[in-house]
Amino acid sequence: MDFSFTEEQTLLRNMVQSFVQDNYDFDSRMKIVRSEEGMSREIWGQFAELGLLAAPFSEEMGGLDGGPIETMVIMEELGRGLVVEPYLPTIVLCGGILSRHASDAQKETHLPGIIGGEDVWALAYAEPQSRFNPADVLTSAKADGDGYVLNGTKAVVAAAPWANKLIVSARISGDQRDSDGLGLFIVEKSASGIATQDYPTVDGNRASEVTLENVAVGADALIGAAGNGLALLEEALDFGIGAVCAEAIGHMKCLNDATVEYCKTRKQFGVPIGSFQVLQHRMVDMFMEYEQSVSMTYMVNMKLTESEAERKKAAAGAKVQIGKSGRFVGQEAVQLHGGMGMTEELNVGHYFKRLTVIDTQFGNVDHHLKRFAAA
Amino acid sequence: MDIDFAPEDQAFRDEVRSFIEENYPKHLAGVDRGELSKEDFLAWHKILAKKGWAAPSWPEEFGGTGWTVTQKYIWNEESATFGTIPPLPFGIAMLGPVIYSFGNQEQKDWVLPGILSGDTWWCQGYSEPGAGSDLAGLKTKAELDGDEYVVNGHKIWTTLAQHADWMFCLVRTSSDGKPQEGISFLLIDMNTPGIEVKPIITIDGGHEVNEVFLTDVRVPAKNLVGEQDKGWTIAKFLLGNERSGIAGVARSKKAIDRLRDIARAELEDGAPLLDSADFARKISELEIDLTALEYTELRTLASESKGRGPGPESSILKIKGTEIQQRITELTMEAVGNYASPWVPQLDRGDNYRSIGPDYAEGVSQGYFNNRKTSIYGGSNEIQRNIIAKMVLGL
Ligand SMILES: Cc1cc2nc3c(=O)[nH]c(=O)nc-3n(C[C@H](O)[C@H](O)[C@H](O)COP(=O)(O)OP(=O)(O)OC[C@H]3O[C@@H](n4cnc5c(N)ncnc54)[C@H](O)[C@@H]3O)c2cc1C
Ligand SMILES: Cc1cc2nc3c(=O)[nH]c(=O)nc-3n(C[C@H](O)[C@H](O)[C@H](O)COP(=O)(O)OP(=O)(O)OC[C@H]3O[C@@H](n4cnc5c(N)ncnc54)[C@H](O)[C@@H]3O)c2cc1C
Repeated sequence: MDFSFTEEQTLLRNMVQSFVQDNYDFDSRMKIVRSEEGMSREIWGQFAELGLLAAPFSEEMGGLDGGPIETMVIMEELGRGLVVEPYLPTIVLCGGILSRHASDAQKETHLPGIIGGEDVWALAYAEPQSRFNPADVLTSAKADGDGYVLNGTKAVVAAAPWANKLIVSARISGDQRDSDGLGLFIVEKSASGIATQDYPTVDGNRASEVTLENVAVGADALIGAAGNGLALLEEALDFGIGAVCAEAIGHMKCLNDATVEYCKTRKQFGVPIGSFQVLQHRMVDMFMEYEQSVSMTYMVNMKLTESEAERKKAAAGAKVQIGKSGRFVGQEAVQLHGGMGMTEELNVGHYFKRLTVIDTQFGNVDHHLKRFAAA
Repeated sequence: MDIDFAPEDQAFRDEVRSFIEENYPKHLAGVDRGELSKEDFLAWHKILAKKGWAAPSWPEEFGGTGWTVTQKYIWNEESATFGTIPPLPFGIAMLGPVIYSFGNQEQKDWVLPGILSGDTWWCQGYSEPGAGSDLAGLKTKAELDGDEYVVNGHKIWTTLAQHADWMFCLVRTSSDGKPQEGISFLLIDMNTPGIEVKPIITIDGGHEVNEVFLTDVRVPAKNLVGEQDKGWTIAKFLLGNERSGIAGVARSKKAIDRLRDIARAELEDGAPLLDSADFARKISELEIDLTALEYTELRTLASESKGRGPGPESSILKIKGTEIQQRITELTMEAVGNYASPWVPQLDRGDNYRSIGPDYAEGVSQGYFNNRKTSIYGGSNEIQRNIIAKMVLGL
């Protein structure tokens, strides 16, 4: 048993941390969020130069051979900076699916553009009716000659406004919620028949409603075997959970530090409000929630590459912990900042909002409690 | 003990219900308080004023309705069920009772009619950057110069000051003795030179609160309510009134109904979310807590009608009422699933804006974020617990 980080992992953390500190303070972040595009291509390019976009890919693909622990380290630091650039959808979700399951030809076609920072990817899996069940897919993929024709609507696709490529889940066969019969397809966002409605989300990100109308793709668009898409998708979402857990502990750490600092300096009744025991105990509870979350984040990221059963249970458990703790820490950080916590001007509210979205992302507490019980 | 309504109460319920249905402005039906224009905020208030129903809580001699406790309760319930935009609290709930309890005749004559009619919009100038929970720490200074006070200072969190004609303001007129002893209650015309109102945007993206900067603002001495340096008693009297209205039971009932409608429409694996045992249990828990609060409020009202004023127990109503409101907004957000996250600010909506996801998902996250304020303002829930500890439990 060993919970220490390797020297390389520590170097990686330091590098990301100082990059975020130097280039992504809260003001810069808000400028990016409020800009027309809502992300910074320049920052994304710098991520590529730093090798962050290559981190989880194997060396023969041009990557740095990192695993879930490296992703965790990166995501935690990005979380501290509330970074909006699409590391999660492009690298963790879509990049992960490609590196684990794409054919050599697909990898050769697509990975260089990811690693080089030219391409942004989004994973289009949820649908208006699907809630948190990734098997609930109405989007159809009809075999047509060598390829497929896709029809359907994808809901709240994170980072889609920025993306030029999508991975789309679609049903090749079976009924609406069957676990068999799904396929994951690589689709150019510029393909004819794709329309998007783009919008901001409450956490400072961007997303789209994506409709596909008779979108024709070739046989080379399908990742893995036809009909096996759900297994690939569920695995990707669990990797996504490992990553957002890490992002969330970054947020919680910043909120806890900010709250303790604020309570030491803010004076009411002639004393720092941190001298009130009720607030001290509240901050102790926040601290304990954070520590428990760190533990579950380490746990899930160590188990992502274990058996499917173990991976699922670990991901469900970690997501429940992060959902509950994130909610508590976010709400109490706002509360202890008083009126200041309610302002758009302070970063506290923005961490709180991102944690709120993470609570829902990839399924909320109730969803994963059920999943945990069933695993 | 008896909880049934008498036949005359039923008749009253029918009367007010049909009045609301017949007279409520059509374009405001189903509209939330959210970002309203000044006119829309006041539209219903002005209709009620004509009917003589703007201030049911006031004594009849000052323009109240003379309704019994039960009738007032029915009125609140019917208003909430319909979803009216209630008259703003600053005039009716806060300042009015101060003026008829502490004001002189001249003040009663010029302040109360404007509150009743809705012609004068008041804002509450209590909090300052250094004086939040510790309100008595306020520093905004008022110095008497002839027959005018000269006011200098900085108020913050002033709700809807951007629309206000007047502000009731706590100012420091003396620094001798205990901090509570040098505070005065002053009425200030927001059009006076030297007043600057600056918006504060909250985490839900709304413009609801402001900073108010006062620089050499000259206020006629006759705008002082009560005695100079004795404003603290008035300030606390007002806070007591503010708290008791804050339980919001009837509106929470309505919000739970809405939550249930949403959970009926949302699907989880093809079945209504409301059919999920987990989700239904959470709604039930909320409803039970709300029922307990309703009976606690009724007990308080009943003892008030026997002449006992709102005591420190009213802190229970504030704490439980706001906790329940917050949980409702939280669960409503949870109900809409993925569609809680889209957020298109009003200003950025072009002509061909289509709402994203189901209509009922619109604004639920903002509602959740905005509602975090309720455990902070009106005396934070920590401060309310301190009050109960000290005043009720004797700790
Ligand atoms: C089953 C059991 C086994 C035990 N075994 C042993 C043993 O083997 N050897 C031994 O020496 N002792 C033993 N104890 C004693 C135990 O350590 C004491 O009960 C404990 O230290 C609390 O002291 P007290 O009971 O006097 O309660 P108090 O100290 O009077 O505390 C009463 C309450 O006030 C709270 N409180 C006190 N101070 C503060 C503060 N500053 N801030 C906030 N809250 C406060 C406490 O948390 C508690 O809720 C045992 C107790 C129990 C119940
Ligand atoms: C949306 C909104 C609208 C508002 N509208 C108005 C308005 O119209 N007019 C107006 O005058 N004010 C208004 N306020 C101000 C409100 O009354 C204050 O925010 C409130 O009194 C808290 O003060 P503060 O923000 O300075 O927080 P602080 O007093 O600094 O409190 C920070 C934290 O410390 C806690 N705390 C403080 N003292 C103690 C203690 N003794 N024991 C335990 N915990 C403590 C608080 O509970 C809080 O969690 C509004 C506030 C908000 C958020």
